[in-house]
Amino acid sequence: MEFVLERYNYWIIIVLMMGGLYIVFEAENMIKKLVGLGIFQTSVLFFYVTLGKTAGGTAPILVETGGHGDDHGDGHAAEAGHGAAAVAHGETHAAPVLHEESDVAHQLETVEAEISEGVTELAPNNVDGHASEAHGAQAHGAQAHGAEPGADPGHVANGADAHGAVSDLPSPEFIATPHAPSQAVADAVYGQSGEPLHMVAGDIIYSNPLPHVLMLTAIVVGVATLSVGLALVVRIREAYGTIEMDEVRAADIAEGEAEGDAA
Amino acid sequence: MEEQFVPSVLIANIALMSMLGVITIAIIRMTSLFGIVMLSGVYSLVSAAWFQAMDAVDVSFTEAAVGAGISTALYLGAMLLTVRKAKPTKGILKRWAPLLVVIGTGSALLYASVDLPAFGSLDSPVNTGVGMQYMEVSPKEVGTPNVVTAVLASYRGFDTFGETVVVFIAGVAVILLIGFGERALAASNWRGREDDDAQGDDSHLILRVVSKLLIPLIVLYAFYVHFHGEYSPGGGFQAGVIFAVAIMLYSLIFGLKAAMTAFPPVWARVGAAMGVAIYGLVGVICMLNGGRFLDYDYIFGPPSGEAHGHHNWPQITGIIGVEVGVVVAVACVMITAFYAFAGRTPEIRDEDW
Amino acid sequence: MTMLADLVIAPTVLAMHAPVLLVIAPLLVGAATVLAPSGRFAWYMAVATSAFCLWMGISLAMEVSQNGVVSYHMGGWAPPRGIEFRIDALNSLAVVIISFMGLMSAIYAQPAVEREIRIEKRPMFYTAYQTCLAGLLGIVLTGDAFNLFVFLEISSIATYVLVALGAGRDRRALTASFNYLILGTIGATFFVIGVGFLYAATGTLNMADMARIMEADSLHHSRVVQAGFGFIVVGLGLKAAMFPLHQWLPPAYAHAPSFVTVFLSSTATKAAFYALARFMFSVFDPTFSFLEPVFLYVLAPLAAIAMLACSFQAVFQTDVRRILAYSSVAQVGYMLLGLATGTAAGLTAGMFHMANHALMKGALFMAVGAAALNASVWKVSHFNGAAARAPLTFTGLAVAGFSLMGVPLTAGFLSKWKLLEATLAEGWWWAAVVIGISSFLALFYVGRIMQAAFFAKAEEGAPEIKEAPFVVLLPLWLLAGLNIVFGLNPSLPLGMAEAGARAVLGVDLNISGGAQ
Repeated sequence: MEFVLERYNYWIIIVLMMGGLYIVFEAENMIKKLVGLGIFQTSVLFFYVTLGKTAGGTAPILVETGGHGDDHGDGHAAEAGHGAAAVAHGETHAAPVLHEESDVAHQLETVEAEISEGVTELAPNNVDGHASEAHGAQAHGAQAHGAEPGADPGHVANGADAHGAVSDLPSPEFIATPHAPSQAVADAVYGQSGEPLHMVAGDIIYSNPLPHVLMLTAIVVGVATLSVGLALVVRIREAYGTIEMDEVRAADIAEGEAEGDAA
Repeated sequence: MEEQFVPSVLIANIALMSMLGVITIAIIRMTSLFGIVMLSGVYSLVSAAWFQAMDAVDVSFTEAAVGAGISTALYLGAMLLTVRKAKPTKGILKRWAPLLVVIGTGSALLYASVDLPAFGSLDSPVNTGVGMQYMEVSPKEVGTPNVVTAVLASYRGFDTFGETVVVFIAGVAVILLIGFGERALAASNWRGREDDDAQGDDSHLILRVVSKLLIPLIVLYAFYVHFHGEYSPGGGFQAGVIFAVAIMLYSLIFGLKAAMTAFPPVWARVGAAMGVAIYGLVGVICMLNGGRFLDYDYIFGPPSGEAHGHHNWPQITGIIGVEVGVVVAVACVMITAFYAFAGRTPEIRDEDW
Repeated sequence: MTMLADLVIAPTVLAMHAPVLLVIAPLLVGAATVLAPSGRFAWYMAVATSAFCLWMGISLAMEVSQNGVVSYHMGGWAPPRGIEFRIDALNSLAVVIISFMGLMSAIYAQPAVEREIRIEKRPMFYTAYQTCLAGLLGIVLTGDAFNLFVFLEISSIATYVLVALGAGRDRRALTASFNYLILGTIGATFFVIGVGFLYAATGTLNMADMARIMEADSLHHSRVVQAGFGFIVVGLGLKAAMFPLHQWLPPAYAHAPSFVTVFLSSTATKAAFYALARFMFSVFDPTFSFLEPVFLYVLAPLAAIAMLACSFQAVFQTDVRRILAYSSVAQVGYMLLGLATGTAAGLTAGMFHMANHALMKGALFMAVGAAALNASVWKVSHFNGAAARAPLTFTGLAVAGFSLMGVPLTAGFLSKWKLLEATLAEGWWWAAVVIGISSFLALFYVGRIMQAAFFAKAEEGAPEIKEAPFVVLLPLWLLAGLNIVFGLNPSLPLGMAEAGARAVLGVDLNISGGAQ
């Protein structure tokens, strides 16, 4: 069952891919062929984006919080609560919450009430004081703590990097996207229900930006191919009077034979 | 130690994916081209929603603008010039060859899927590899909050240059194949609808007034999407498409002739080349200053070495510079393609419709 | 000799950026060509960029032969985070071939284009040509798998429109182009799926880095990697016209403008073939356990079938360009047979034959196109007695034709010989038989053309064939001459092919700084 749960997305994508490919081969109508080609290409987008999706992750956009570099040390005081606290107190109220995902927005509303409790449970040492400070630094400190022993292997790698690379950031600190808070909030809820703590440790999980970049390229390549294909279809219609592949093929063969006779 | 999905994301995932499956089956079975094209637009829109659920906000934006928007417009334009109905094909079972190829491909994919990393896994090679490094180093090295923009325009800026060239060459291809629509413009039997419009048909008064208000806003939004691309989803491609949409709207309401007067086809042709040139020249400037092609750190000359302040200006300038190139190229090519399709004398007679 | 070297080696500032200049020069000049005032001016620009590319290509190849691998980091970002152009001996051979053939066909272009392309379309036609050249060069230069896809698409889209412009003469060019577009896009998408699998398994897109990670983690047991190999080979095989994925090629070559046929036949499939070799030998390792049966039971038989079946088909064609097109597919079979051995000798033979095939097919299509400059002559019977009227054109055709058959003292003979050696070293006696039969068939199909041109009598009222102008004869004879020169002394192309095979198979693939 777990095997299926981990892979069902790939299987759906494979089915879509096969559907698109089937249309390309099956259709005689050229425009329909191009539609099939588009579906086939789009399913590749799904595949890449699926690879880059992380469970509990959020869009790879960092938001500048205005906190400055000198606050670095603060974050070390507390791990668990800080990220969540900063997020809950600062972001959800102050930042304009652009919920592109309505489902997450919904999630946010239902759990918002629980947050303050959850936070105090997780980080008993003076959350309020910190939360009123520049929250960026707190989240930041917590992030560096991802390298603590006990975090899972994937995280150790991430966290260690974060320590090396992010912590000597000169000035701007970044935490979540506008809609990241809701995600972090959701994480906090999971933390309460007995899931591993590092999820709430302010180590905001992002989805992988690289597949997104690659697929932006693929989309543009797709529309470029499409426009050339459609231009060809228009010309074929003008030259042959039809855009059905089999009729065009028959006309071509007839023409070839006529030439052969003439030769 | 598995991370958990937010349940709603999973629900959205399954729901949207099954919608996509249903749409695909519907397209396979349909013969009305109009229906097929519309469904393909819906397919793009649904996939844009799915990309949102998968955190791929930039991809989603682009798919919505390009897949659901421009592509559908191009399909319709081409359909208008060809036919409206596809011939029904023979049944699935009679066409065993394509089925065989498809099944072969599918089984190869299934074979591989067994060893693919678990969906959402944090410790898969992809999510521990290069991609995630960008999250950590890009604030320091590039400094745009939208990491996708940083990767797109700086780390993999060369890919994006290639992408701009792809768009440019597609524009060239469309012009070479079906021209600018100058044939239709020159023809005296200019299609009736635009003539009526040109004479000031009052029935479109509201449309005209509203669109006149709307078009500047669309252009403004295009600029916002462009210049705010570092902070939020968006960037050159999306902005270019939105800009092209403004011209298309103008053309739909006021007629192709008026649109071509407002934005002459020659501009579009020159603009497409300019876009590539701008992108390339930003790279060449970096080379002249001693860096590698597109090494924005050299854009104002060799880097001073001192830590930059709040903003990493060389990188940001470079990114905005190349994105200007992208905007110009994409907008001009999309407008070119629209003119080319819209300006061609339609092949479809009234009885075909 | 040193004087020559001084002339050829580019000044430091250019040499430093040679890899990227090879791509951006044709792209930027190509974009500017849109604004060219006339077709003639656009042609000057195209020839100038092609010559510049050849200069850069040779300078780069010399740099590689002296100092080893050249790595150019786009945007100053070290791989794998950034995109890298990585040139070793294998690509430097491909770069030189493609840029050389680009220049030759660009010189050849002018009369053919003035005959076949409408005047207002000429500047943009040359834009498409230069973009295609840049795309092909990008394919062979890049060290990043996804970047390769982008260049594949640049060259492909340019190719579709270049082929379709044959419609001015023959509407079948449109169908040929549309079919090529559909199949080519499927191929490119397969390639992206394959790259996606490799990316899923290794987490990187840099090809050298992929190879390193696959080696270090012994990933060849992973089904993802295995399927990735399959999809990449099918995707690139489509572009390289690997049997049975070659269906698009004969109509495309037969109906495209004649300059386009010359250019594509000598560059496009070569770039795809190089990419195939790069993935098979450099990214993957032919010693991977799952690859041995694939090479032996899939690739080698397919190559053999291509050599036999397509040569056979070529014999029965009446259209000269179709004869040569089917022959091209058969020749791709030869090259693939070399790769299928999985050895350095086989790779050398494959690359050497690739170089020679570019020279001979370029010359043959040039001669055929030259004959058609004054009259539409595409049938074998149209060529009856043509050699008497256009002796220079047809002597060039004959020289290249002999090379294609594999007559001793020509380059074609030597590369077939190398291939024979490589396959016999594997104990593949059947390959020797296949090479023999295929060469025998080549004797027939090339012989038919020559027989018609030299020995048959011109029919009454047959189209008038005239001697081609100087700009056509110059590249034609250069190519034909090189077939002889390399037949007598193959040290230059063979040495480069050997160095390429050594670079890929002999030397450790670790990239410096790949992990940072």
